[in-house]
This record gives sequence, structure tokens and C-alpha cells, in this order.
Amino acid sequence: MIYDHILIRYGEISTKGKNRKGFIDKLKSNIKRALQEFKSIRVEADRDRMYVLLNGEDHKAVASKLTGIFGIQNFSPAMKTERDIEAVKESALAYVSDLSGISTFKINTRRSDKNYPYNTDEVNHILGGHILQNIEGISVNVKNPDLTLRVEIRKEAVYLSGEIIPGAGGLPVGNSGKAVLMLSGGIDSPVAGYLSMKRGLDLECVHFHSPPFTSERSKQKVLDLCRKLAAVSGRITLHIVPFTDIQKLIQKQIPENYTMTSTRRLMLRVADRIRENQKALAIVTGESLGQVASQTLESMFAINEATNTPVLRPLITMDKIDIMKIATEIDTLEISNRPYEDCCTVFTPANPKTKPKREKVNFYESFVDFNELVEQAVNGVETVTIYPEQKIEEGDGLDLF
Amino acid sequence: MYKLIYFDNSATTKPYKEVLDSFMKVSENFFGNPSSLHSLGAASEKLLSKSRQQIADLLQVKESEVLFTSGGTEGNNLAVKGTALIHAKRGKHMITTAVEHPSVLEAFRQLSEEFDFDVTYLEVDSQGRISAKDLLRSLRSDTILVSVMHVNNEVGTLQPIQEIGNILSKYPKVIFHVDYVQGAGKVPLDIKKCKIDLLTISAHKFHGLKGSGVLYIRDGVHISPLFSGGSQEWKFRSGTENVAGIVAMAKALRMTMEMRDREISKMIKVRNQLKEGLNKIEGTVINSPEKDSAPHILNFSIPGLKSEVFVHALEEKNIFVSTTSACSSKRKTISSTVLAMFKDEARAESTVRISLSYHNTAAEAESVIAAAKEAIIKLREVMR
Repeated sequence: MIYDHILIRYGEISTKGKNRKGFIDKLKSNIKRALQEFKSIRVEADRDRMYVLLNGEDHKAVASKLTGIFGIQNFSPAMKTERDIEAVKESALAYVSDLSGISTFKINTRRSDKNYPYNTDEVNHILGGHILQNIEGISVNVKNPDLTLRVEIRKEAVYLSGEIIPGAGGLPVGNSGKAVLMLSGGIDSPVAGYLSMKRGLDLECVHFHSPPFTSERSKQKVLDLCRKLAAVSGRITLHIVPFTDIQKLIQKQIPENYTMTSTRRLMLRVADRIRENQKALAIVTGESLGQVASQTLESMFAINEATNTPVLRPLITMDKIDIMKIATEIDTLEISNRPYEDCCTVFTPANPKTKPKREKVNFYESFVDFNELVEQAVNGVETVTIYPEQKIEEGDGLDLF
Repeated sequence: MYKLIYFDNSATTKPYKEVLDSFMKVSENFFGNPSSLHSLGAASEKLLSKSRQQIADLLQVKESEVLFTSGGTEGNNLAVKGTALIHAKRGKHMITTAVEHPSVLEAFRQLSEEFDFDVTYLEVDSQGRISAKDLLRSLRSDTILVSVMHVNNEVGTLQPIQEIGNILSKYPKVIFHVDYVQGAGKVPLDIKKCKIDLLTISAHKFHGLKGSGVLYIRDGVHISPLFSGGSQEWKFRSGTENVAGIVAMAKALRMTMEMRDREISKMIKVRNQLKEGLNKIEGTVINSPEKDSAPHILNFSIPGLKSEVFVHALEEKNIFVSTTSACSSKRKTISSTVLAMFKDEARAESTVRISLSYHNTAAEAESVIAAAKEAIIKLREVMR
């Protein structure tokens, strides 16, 4: 008895009519990429289901990868066993004891091979009895069981399945086009990135780096966050923008209580130029209405003037506590909590305007030309690609590890 | 002069040259405090992160589950007392075995004598093994911790860790700690499959340096710190990290596990050779169990002989073995594990432990057998 394959059920994908093939192909390639470390597996897809043929790979390790892939409603590992009834009994017992939290079950047998020496009722009975005898505290419930163990008797073998593992839902990453994410290093922006990937967006990240005001460590923080996001999409492209000169000019030129507004407007302009270069169609931010001075409606109105590109704000109506919950789930909270100054915190004025006016900020900005600095920043971008399992580089080739 | 033959690898191992090399280089070039904000600090922190990543990969756990400690004694104390401190309100009953390492047993003794905890000590059979059924029977509604070693340090018995893990998975409020100090690098253990919550390892048992270890803490499990201070290691263990020792440990674990893939069958062969050879000598009895025993520990007794005398007799030939676990052997030479297994004082007073590394050879085993034979005959004449 071995685990033979994993059956995958599509989520929303199945409602998409003619686009279905595109969705399935995308999901299939995302699954293949996520499972590339398992050399022997094969992935097969049809209109309604996808199958991961394990060919001896560990089904639990494969399952743990599948739970993170968007576009999967749920999936079920299936065990393959010899047709001999004793072997089927042992496998059924092993299948059930391998699961936790099962206190009621039923057996549902189907025979495609009608020559099998036992009929379906008999098989149900034999297997049910064997499980009842060998697992303490388990009982049969035919109406609403924790587990329906499906037994499929075919000519070549018998297949057992039934465990239903929930998938991540959503749409396959890359199916909804490309956007750039403004990634600061705080708690919100990685969550915004995660949620937009869940709706099928392919993301490239933009981070503003202002040495010496922000340190290598705050950059490292963003690299580590990207590593977590890359676990969802396979890889992440990060654009690190040299922002020091723009910030210096803002500090020099703009009245203190408007520096924050101007900073955000310029960040948006730079991000939009990068979006254009990367042929993306939207900008994603981690803004949540009213959370800080830059995220009031008035601030957004003043800042958003910098572009007419769609700005997607997946967190706009979420409470901080719910955002933190997701950050914990996707393992970014701890990284975000590292206490280094970042592009948003370092120049925060004591009393930023919570109700800035467009006319005023335009007036203040009109005395200097930011265009050239914006182009310089865009041209000075350092672009890196980050993979989920990327190893940390060690100390200068000293062969320490 | 005889060539040095070292068969006391359960007490400690000789650090690999490559491991010392890493220790020196890190101490020399990366002396910054990982908590410092400047780039020297960042470089040290990076090494720490890389070590954590490598050790997590080798143990097949998450990076966030690897906590650096000063070694086995600290790991065991932190697991036992840290659980007791944080869950005392939930319950004050804990379960362990009669044959644990002193760093576990004494931690429990302190908790029961000074802090009113109730501790159940599970007895072992003549194989040195506890029964999972006994454990199940000992569980109570106020049980907060079960601590069972993986490989017994004196005789090498493997405890039924997976079976215990399966039982305890039905008791989510009971924390499961495993002392894996003797097993790491020698006997693989699937931490996730065995549903372990806390697990201790120590670097100097696998050719790393003294003063470094790991406590695995499963994500979601909480313990109280024993050291409070600068909030290093997620506040579970304050104190400036021993970066050089930790990097050295990461390398030592990798090398030892790679060594295992290549050399484990040789190790088993050498142990079998020792077992057969020593068993043939008149008056010896083997204490290590036949089945489910670690490949690197062989314990035998020479009833009627003081084992300390025997150890010194071998030492004259530059052969190093031990009487019982090093941690108890300075006090008195009686093996608590062997006593618990056979209830025979003469046998427990005369135990000898031979413990192997992947570097011990068949020729060395031959020398040990010959020397043992000679020593036993000689000592018998004197001591009768």
C-alpha cells in the first residue's frame, strides 16, 4: 500500500466558461513549479480535476506545498493497494489512523470490476468492522461522518481516498495580469501583496531605500519579506529605488507638515514609472482607511493625484488586528516587526497633515523640479529576483558552513 | 606508546578540524554582536540566520522553531522548567522515565521538591524501555508535560518516541519533550511525524564544540524563559548569541549527517564485532538490548569487578572508554539505567560503556577486545 496520487478540485476557476483552459494551464504550471523539488511526480489535468501522480514521492510533503497554491479549492490523497481483501483491510486501517481528529466515518465502495469476490456491501462491512475493531473511540455515522472513506475497486488495484484537505482558494497567480506592490517593510504591505496574489495578480515589488537614513538591515528585512511572498508565487522581482536625493530635496523644500504628503506623491510617481517599464497595469498598496495620517481620505485624494493608474488597496476596509492575523498566517509579522527605520518612518514629521489640500501641496512642489530626480531614481533602480528557498549568502566564501 | 583509541563518544566527541576552522574564522572576522545596529552586527546576524536555516533544513523543521542554547543541560532544563513555569496554573503533574539524563531528572526533582510538582517516573523493562501503555495509564487531567529521551545515554536503548507522540497527539494540552542529545547525527528521528513539541540537541556530541546546542520549539508551543535579558531568541533565551559556536554547530551537524550516510553500516559492523568479542570473554554480560538499540553505544558489565579499575586498566593501553555516563561517573560508579533494567547491584556497579563515532575502525575494536581480555584476567587475579 502506497499513496498513489493526489486529486485536486478547482475552486472558482470552474465557473469561468471559455477562459477555463487558460486558468487550468496557469494552475498546472504553478503547481508544477511549486513541486519541482519532487523529481518523480507528474501532473495531469482535465476539465474538472487535476491529478498529481506521486510515483513514490512523500504525499505529506507534496500536500504541504499544495495547501499554499491559489486556485485550489481542496484536494485528497489517494492510496493504492493490492486487491487482496487482507491488504485492503490493512490499507484502510492505515489510511484512517494516519488522520487526526476523525471520530466518525463511513465507507463508500464502488466496484468498476464486477468480478471482485465481494460485493460493495460486503466490502463496506468488512472494512468498517476492521476499522472499528482497531481504532479506539471511533464509530460509524452514515449521515454526517467526519470521514467518508471512498474505496474504488478496479481491475489493476484498489484505491482508497476520502481525506479532504482545504486548499488556499482564490485564483492561480498570474491569471489576472501584473501589478507593482509598494513594499515598505511594515506589516501591511506584504499582506496586501499576498491578498492580491490570491486574486491571481502577478506582482513585482518596489522598495524605497534611503541610505544612510535607512540601513542595510531594513533592506534585508524587505528581502526576507519577498522570500515569504515568493513562497506563494515561485519567485518575486524586487526593485530597490535609491530615494535619498528625493527625500533630501523634500526636507529642504516642503513645509514640515506637508513633507509626508509630498513623499508619498513622489513614491507613487516613481512606482508608476517602474510599473510602466515593467508593463504592469496597476499599483498595489497596503493602505487601510484612517490608519495613519497618510491614509485618511483627504490624504489619499491629495496623494493619488500623482497618477491615474489604478491603485489597488486590498486592505482598505480591514482592521489592523485582522491584517496582523493574516501576517501571522503568512509568516511575515515577525519580519515586519524588526525595529529598523524604513522609508516611511525615518522622516515622519511630528505633526503631519491629516487633511492636506491638493492646491497647497501642488503649490509647495511648484518651486522645484522633481522630474529629473524621479528619472534618476528610476534609472538607479537595483533589481533582484528572489526565490522562496533562497539560501542566505555566507560570509565571503570562507567555507564556514 | 600506544596509539590513542577513543571510544567515549557519548561523553563527548572530538571536534572536526573543519569545525574548529569555522569557529576560528568567525571569532576572528565576525566578532560583532548580532544585536548591534551597524554592519558588523548585521554580518554576525546573517551568519546566525544562515546557521538557523541550515540546522532547520537538516532537522526538517522550520527556522522559527530552532532556538540556540548553550547545550544539552540548558536545553533540557529550559524545556522542563520552562513548561512547568508557564503551565503551572493548568496543572502540576509531569511524566518522565526513570532512566533520563541527570539534566532532566534533576530538573524534575527540583520542581517536585521545591515547587510542589507531582512527577511520575515510568519504570523500564529489562531492555531499558518504557511501555507506551504505562504512559497512557499515567496521564491525568492535570498532566502538562511528558519528557522521554530518544537514545538512552548509558545503554543505547531507543524509546518508542513515535508511539508516544501518537498517543499524546490526542492530548493537545500535554507538551511532549524529547532529549535527542545522544541520537542527533546517529539515529534519525522524524520530529514532525513523531509530533514532538520540544527537543534538545547538543553540538559537542556530534563533533561540534562545547557550549552550543539547540532546543526545537514547535511553532505554537510556549515556554517561559529561564534567562531574562536582552530578548534574544524571541525572548525565549536572552544572552548574546555564541555566533562562532553556532556556525561551528551548523557545520558539524551537516558533516555528521553526511558521514552517517556513508559510514553507518561500518559503525554497526564495528559495534557488532565489539559485542561478539566482549561477550566471549568469560564473566562479561552485555547490557545493551539486542533490538531497537543505538548503533554507537555498547554497554556491558563484568560482575564482581569495579568498572573504574577496568577503565584505568584500558587507559594504560591508551584506550578510552567509560564506566557510566560521564555526568554521573564522577559521583559514584553505579549505572542507574542498568540498575533499573536488571535490579542487580553487582551488574550495575560494574558497567562499562563503549561509545563509537564514525571514525572508529575494526582494528581499534580488535585492540579493545584484546586489551579487555587481558585486563579482566589480570584484575581477576588481583581482586580475588
